[in-house]
Amino acid sequence: MKREKLNEMKMKFRALSSNEGFARIVTTAFIMPYSPTVEELADIKTAVSEAVTNAIVHGYRSNGDKYVSLTAVMYSDGSLTVSISDKGCGIPDIHKAMEPLFTTDAENERTGMGFSIMETFTDKLRVVSRVGEGTRVTMTKRLSVFSK
Amino acid sequence: MPTDFKIQDGALIVAPSGEIDHHETKRLREEIDREIERCVPERVVFDFSRTSFMDSSGLGLILGRYRKASEKGIEVVIANPGEKITRILKMAGVDKLISIKGVVK
Repeated sequence: MKREKLNEMKMKFRALSSNEGFARIVTTAFIMPYSPTVEELADIKTAVSEAVTNAIVHGYRSNGDKYVSLTAVMYSDGSLTVSISDKGCGIPDIHKAMEPLFTTDAENERTGMGFSIMETFTDKLRVVSRVGEGTRVTMTKRLSVFSK
Repeated sequence: MPTDFKIQDGALIVAPSGEIDHHETKRLREEIDREIERCVPERVVFDFSRTSFMDSSGLGLILGRYRKASEKGIEVVIANPGEKITRILKMAGVDKLISIKGVVK
């Protein structure tokens, strides 16, 4: 069966920490019509929060003049894809960055758990990054209601 | 979102309401540190019964307060984290450092 896009959403918002909650709310509103379970919704909210916080804190070093992009696509097979990207500093060593507890910002009490949480709370995580150009995180999560 | 501070039997009870993310932790960190400084409690209890969401920024907040409190001989306890917050706490191994009371399985 060919997979079709049921819905798609694209937005850009400034790299302000107050927009972390905004990104969670918008993503939640986008997936609500597809009846996610309470747990699926919590997983997606948390994963989005981690990715957006990374873009703001690490990608842009909290420069609120820059913009974070968020794209969400809902597919006919019940999978949701959320992409979060920045045009910030990029990650020199993605494998290192994805190690649990690795952080470049312990000073500000960053725990280095962001990527681990994104990995655990979604079905698939892809990170593409280039130093000086930016980072794109793409997460896929299958909603159980569609598989029934 | 407002955070309730209460002193009970020598313990400072910190009960944040709403969502704990990177945006909220900046303010929370200052508030909690100021209260610990002011009350010098024997114990700090994080009561998450009114917290609806927490991401890794919240882990940093808890671990940071734990480190500071330990230096002063103050015990830290987590209470009522609920299912979702318990999952994140365990993922980061926070439950091995700090005792959790009222865990929802």
